[in-house]
Amino acid sequence: MTRKRAAVAWGVVGVLAVMVIWELYKFLGPAEGFVIGAIADQRGSGVMILPRAHDRAMPHIWDMVARLFQSTSGGDTPPLIVPVLTAALTTLGIAAVGWLIGVTVGALLGMVMQRWRLAEWGLLPWIVVSQTVPLIAFAPLLASIGTQIDRAGTIPWPQWLSVAVIASYLSFFPVAVGVLRGLEAPDRIHLDLMRTYAAGYWPTLVRLRLPAAVPHLLPALRLAAANAVVGAVVAEVSIGMRGGIGRMLIQLAGQASSDPAAPWGPTFGSIALGLVAAGSVALVGVGLKNYRRGEATA
Amino acid sequence: MTTEIAVQARNVSKTFDANSGDVIALEDVDLTVEAGEFVSLIGPSGCGKSTLLRVIADLETVTTGELEIFGKPARQARVDQDYGIAFQQAGLLPWRTVAGNMGLPLELHGVKKAARAARVAELAELVGLTDFVDSYPDQLSGGMQQRVAIARALAEQPRLLLMDEPFGALDEMTREYLQSELTRIAAETGAAVVFVTHSIPEAVFLSDRVVVMSPRPGRITDILVTGFGDGRGDALRESPEYFERVTAVREALHGSPVERANER
Repeated sequence: MTRKRAAVAWGVVGVLAVMVIWELYKFLGPAEGFVIGAIADQRGSGVMILPRAHDRAMPHIWDMVARLFQSTSGGDTPPLIVPVLTAALTTLGIAAVGWLIGVTVGALLGMVMQRWRLAEWGLLPWIVVSQTVPLIAFAPLLASIGTQIDRAGTIPWPQWLSVAVIASYLSFFPVAVGVLRGLEAPDRIHLDLMRTYAAGYWPTLVRLRLPAAVPHLLPALRLAAANAVVGAVVAEVSIGMRGGIGRMLIQLAGQASSDPAAPWGPTFGSIALGLVAAGSVALVGVGLKNYRRGEATA
Repeated sequence: MTTEIAVQARNVSKTFDANSGDVIALEDVDLTVEAGEFVSLIGPSGCGKSTLLRVIADLETVTTGELEIFGKPARQARVDQDYGIAFQQAGLLPWRTVAGNMGLPLELHGVKKAARAARVAELAELVGLTDFVDSYPDQLSGGMQQRVAIARALAEQPRLLLMDEPFGALDEMTREYLQSELTRIAAETGAAVVFVTHSIPEAVFLSDRVVVMSPRPGRITDILVTGFGDGRGDALRESPEYFERVTAVREALHGSPVERANER
């Protein structure tokens, strides 16, 4: 219990530290930043090694929070927090679909690679290479394929589905690797034992390999959740889908010079989104805690 | 009716492929274990005693020679669950309770829940763990874990029990206690036991016959009959006959070149 309390305390300390550093820099840092090698009369020349600290570049934390409760765009519009939450929920839903697709695909790939060594040799390099392709590069491509499917008429393909598929592209990777490592985790003695029971592939998978894989699976699923959120936000931006938090971030960032605290609304929203996503997976882990027992050595 | 033969090995050899050339683990091993008999395999590291056990269990296949378990090929005997096995490590599944671990083989072979619960209760009684059926392996001592492993090996009432240094990792007190328990359990179940050990007193105390092996290549050099019958109380450990047999086994062992453990 004390360890748990300590963990919470350290978490709070971490967040507070970030806030203190932010405000401290804002107080001490040069308002116009510090630029070296600037050529006189030439705007934007030189290298900025210290960022600007004035209110337009770095709003106060309390201004960012206060902005959440002021109307979105003047007049009778609802406080900023309302559209932020709506957009975050929309993105969360899309990321969840992307996560499910990614977990399914990743788990199947992991199982196939564990079952056949040849498949591991053939697939694993491609799976690793797949993650080096920049998301921005192929997101529009995937979106246009989605649009074409939708236009063909046989299967409806809404834009959010393209976003979910792109999100799954990031989330399948940790699952594929985690499942492969997890399924190979059982001790030699346990595998021997299953062999003496004349247990085939499936009984061994269900009774031994999957339960033994749980400690490898949980971090993989959590990573996949975080990746799905990042993927969904980036995909929304790059294919221009409305309604999600990614689009909102870009939109408000564009108005930052006149309303500097506003883009921090969706920023906090996407942080909350990531926390909720990772936290939901942690809840899965609570239900599986018996699978995380270590056998005491004799 | 003639006595049934549990294990019949004729000219069994086993060669492993290694990078540095073939390694002969077993050479021309002849061994017969009768039903209900307790046979220990003893010898220095690398003498092939564990390999012999694994061959009997069909965890390895023989390179040449014939091997029959209850008159069947080893593979068939494994598929038919003619033997139960216990290793040096208990090898319990940490996410299963004691009852879940004991019942694992029954579950895998489709025994219904009620029948399984009844058998698990019997097994827990047999190894004296009735109060611990709902505990998890990490809550048990090493000796208790090993008792669960023995119960699991006995779950399907095998006529043959294969044990690979099951008490090797335990302290002396627990070891002697479990040895007495094992003789009782073997007598109660009537199963034949093939028991791998590197402890001379353990082999003598437990066995009807002690098979002495020597390394490189692994082969049987001597077979000694203890002739203690059923009288295996703690008094036996202090009897002159017992010490006589211990000495005999020791001499049989040292007749072969003594191996250093690091040459394995």
